Amino acid sequence: MENERLEFFRRMVRIRRFESHAEACHGKGEIPGSLHTATGQEAEIVGSCMALRADDYMVGNHRSHGHPIAKGAATNPLMAELFGRSTGVCGGKGGSMHLSDFSVGSLGETSIVGSGVPVAVGAGLGAHLQGSDRVSLCFFGDGATNEGAFHEGMNLAAIWNLPVIFLCENNLYGVSTPASEVISVKDIAERGAAYSMKSEIVDGQDVEAVFSVVSAAVERARSGNGPTLVEAKTYRFAEHAANMGRVLLDRGTELDEWLQRDPIELYRAKLLGDGVTAEELAEIEAGVEQEILDALEFARSSPYPDQAEAFTDVFTEPVSLPDWLAQ
Amino acid sequence: MAKIGFLEAIRQAQFEELQRDTNVFLMGEDVRCNVFGTTTGFVEAFGERRVRDTPISEAGFVGAAAGASMVGMRPIVDLTIATFVYPAMDQICSIIAKSRYLYGGQATLPLVLRTCMFYGNSNAAQHSDRPYPMFMGMPGLKIIVPSNPADMKGLLKSAIRDDNPVLSFEDGTLWSSKSEVPDDDDFLIPLGTADIKREGTDVSVIAVGGSVPLALDAAETLSKEGVSVEVVDPRTLVPLDTATILASVAKTGRALTVDPAHQSCSAASEISATIVEQAFDSLKAPVIRVTTPDTHLPFSPPVERPLYPSAERIVAAVRKVMN
Repeated sequence: MENERLEFFRRMVRIRRFESHAEACHGKGEIPGSLHTATGQEAEIVGSCMALRADDYMVGNHRSHGHPIAKGAATNPLMAELFGRSTGVCGGKGGSMHLSDFSVGSLGETSIVGSGVPVAVGAGLGAHLQGSDRVSLCFFGDGATNEGAFHEGMNLAAIWNLPVIFLCENNLYGVSTPASEVISVKDIAERGAAYSMKSEIVDGQDVEAVFSVVSAAVERARSGNGPTLVEAKTYRFAEHAANMGRVLLDRGTELDEWLQRDPIELYRAKLLGDGVTAEELAEIEAGVEQEILDALEFARSSPYPDQAEAFTDVFTEPVSLPDWLAQ
Repeated sequence: MAKIGFLEAIRQAQFEELQRDTNVFLMGEDVRCNVFGTTTGFVEAFGERRVRDTPISEAGFVGAAAGASMVGMRPIVDLTIATFVYPAMDQICSIIAKSRYLYGGQATLPLVLRTCMFYGNSNAAQHSDRPYPMFMGMPGLKIIVPSNPADMKGLLKSAIRDDNPVLSFEDGTLWSSKSEVPDDDDFLIPLGTADIKREGTDVSVIAVGGSVPLALDAAETLSKEGVSVEVVDPRTLVPLDTATILASVAKTGRALTVDPAHQSCSAASEISATIVEQAFDSLKAPVIRVTTPDTHLPFSPPVERPLYPSAERIVAAVRKVMN
């Protein structure tokens, strides 16, 4: 873990800066559509993804700018995607809720809650059938664990002993609804028992703890010992969606308490305590800030897709253009 | 050339493609025990890794097929009965149809979802649907509806080799049909090519799936009255070979569309609209649809059967457009 420590910090900061700039651009109308930030959740994202190899698979969800970043995707095409530009990682077809970068094993994000779970199980099935030792990591929130797709995927992975890590990002709320009101168990990890699946609870604000727990799950999966359910206890500092307004509950002092457990600040303190210098960390942060500013410049200066691009990638072959466009 | 049945055509197509490409695998409910006769000898030939029984979890295993296809496998999913696609609807519509598009072409999903349309057999409303039209409105899914064993085999083999998701709607009323099928492991019928099942000059009957043999029966009856019927089988609804359909209508000047699906937004409706839009000048009479009316299918046999298209209803409709 010694080698990864500064990279943990760098990637958490990269996600934080990427999202804070994106939120500002969204507020100014530069980024269209909806934008769901994961501010406060960076440790569980980075700790999980960095437990994977580059060629392992990862499936995200609607709150998922951080997942491909943590998996190692370049930020320019991700930012351009948020801006709807042709240089976006999905060519401007997916946007904020559907980032993906297959070159780093990011098999895409799905914006229907829970729908990515069977897909991740299928990636694990594919790896199993191909005789490879790749594993598949699936991120989903507390809300997704009430979806049938989650339960069907968990059961399939369990009966077929597939190399899948189910990573529940329990941030305590589905939009405004407290998870405790709508989930029948105290800890989501308990749901693993229904499928005789090994389950773990981890502090989602502690990047090293997440890395350790997920690394063990990855090792189990890679060595043919089946899937694991990991529940990361975390918190979303922002509203459900950026600039959405009017849905934040009065959370009392809860938010302030969680802000005291900002994963980046916790880790900064730990690194400083371990002898990393403030200058080293400042240098990382300045480097990341410049990278994100460059990504914004790249996005802003990139063209929008041609209208005809709306008709590519429906199938592997082209589909015909309507008369009004073809003329 | 050998004469084989519809289910044997499915068996041969799957067997040959499993043998040809180790990335192909088959999964579904009770596929090992070979309920319908489409997997005879599969476990012995390919093992239980590639011939996988699934739990009754349609969303789970259809979604797993999507994930497996995205990492290089070519799954064939046997959903048995057509209405069992409904529990998997989100995976089909949100994941399978859209992933390639949403991710800007990074994803490729070479998979086949096979279902049998099990209608006309007193299985009541929940087991009797012919649901292909609702998927015609969902871009990103290819759809085959074969009408005889040869087409079934050639289209299914093409579907398995296709790099896109293909839904195979297999008409249960055709199970007992037989036809000559070439003895050729590479016998393929390209997706998107219609077939003129009978040539004629007076009226084009564009028929889908199980209504094709009914249209051929009707054509035979009408030939004795001096009416020459051309029967066009689209075979693939997506992509739809409109050129062959429109050429036929341009020749005959009259058109009927026949479809076992419910009338509203059926394949028959879509094909009719295309004819009216693009071949209006050729038409000597209105286009008539012969479909299943927009009510549910009742259990009681004498009440159920008259609801579907029949040779008699097709004959009556042709007489109407001829006058």
